[in-house]
Amino acid sequence: MKTFQGKTLSWRIADGVIELILDHAPCNEIGLAMLADLEQFVAALGTLKDEAHALIISSARSEGFCAGGDLRELFRLSQKVTGAEKLSGLRNFIERIHRVMNTLDEAPFTTIAAVNGLTFGGGFELALTCDLIIADKMARFCFPELRLGLIPGFGGIPRLKRDLGNAIVRDLVLTGRSINAAKAQSVGIVSQVTAEGDALRIARETAAQLKKFDRDTSVAAKRFIKPIPHDELRREIDIFCELFMRPAVEKGLRKFVESKDALPYLP
Amino acid sequence: MGSLQNTTEEVLRLASEHFKVPREQLAPDDDFFKKLGINSLQALDLLTRIEHHFKIELPDYELQGVSDFRTLAERIQLRL
Repeated sequence: MKTFQGKTLSWRIADGVIELILDHAPCNEIGLAMLADLEQFVAALGTLKDEAHALIISSARSEGFCAGGDLRELFRLSQKVTGAEKLSGLRNFIERIHRVMNTLDEAPFTTIAAVNGLTFGGGFELALTCDLIIADKMARFCFPELRLGLIPGFGGIPRLKRDLGNAIVRDLVLTGRSINAAKAQSVGIVSQVTAEGDALRIARETAAQLKKFDRDTSVAAKRFIKPIPHDELRREIDIFCELFMRPAVEKGLRKFVESKDALPYLP
Repeated sequence: MGSLQNTTEEVLRLASEHFKVPREQLAPDDDFFKKLGINSLQALDLLTRIEHHFKIELPDYELQGVSDFRTLAERIQLRL
């Protein structure tokens, strides 16, 4: 068995299944540390791909799969610089995230997100890179970015548009409301809903099923079914960076950072 | 559609069971954050359980400013 232990996540491969486990308190927020670990992971895929037929991404945190970008870190770092330096730093971060997400999206094996609890913002976007989402019945999905004066910036809108009708994309992005796993399944985001605490077990059973198929056929099918929306992803980066530079975003981030609430994204 | 009284009772029972607070200690006008000792993350958990139990969708923004069981039951009632 090959294993890796990073600061914010770990992975191991056994019997052809790579398991990537996010474990970064409080709820796997994606900041520089997790981005660096994810970059190491996707770099390792070059050697892992020959012995893998599936990847499962899950969370070790009971709070949820991933609450999204690390907004506290983003606010802190953005306060240290201004103007062009702030914009270039942000663009660099977002482009690095997109490279990771795109690599996961087009991974040459079937990918499964086994999600629980909060699956918000960037966490939802990470799940959307996967071919299948298997959700604990208590999982909730949300794009809260408009509350901060932003749009989702880790590839969420293009991937959601690829997978779903435009009406539900507008509903989720423009209202910022959270939906439960049953609703997410009814609109086509979630493949399977499990009992509480069983998402990873069901994801493993699904991965075992995938092993029965010819690997090259699975890869060909995936490439045919799931094109990467590169043009829209690049446009998303531009819009996100443009919006981020406005004072309204700094105000929204400050309110978030100063909140004592356990869930400052909502309502 | 059940009565508001029935819906309130169901919400109190759900909260009591999940957060392990004796039912008799909960009243319709109680502040559920204080009485259950929960934060907004746990309130979102309660919302998910309510949606499953009543088979409804209750957008979280409709609960803005709602902190007592009776008003919560009124919001549920509008979706039944």
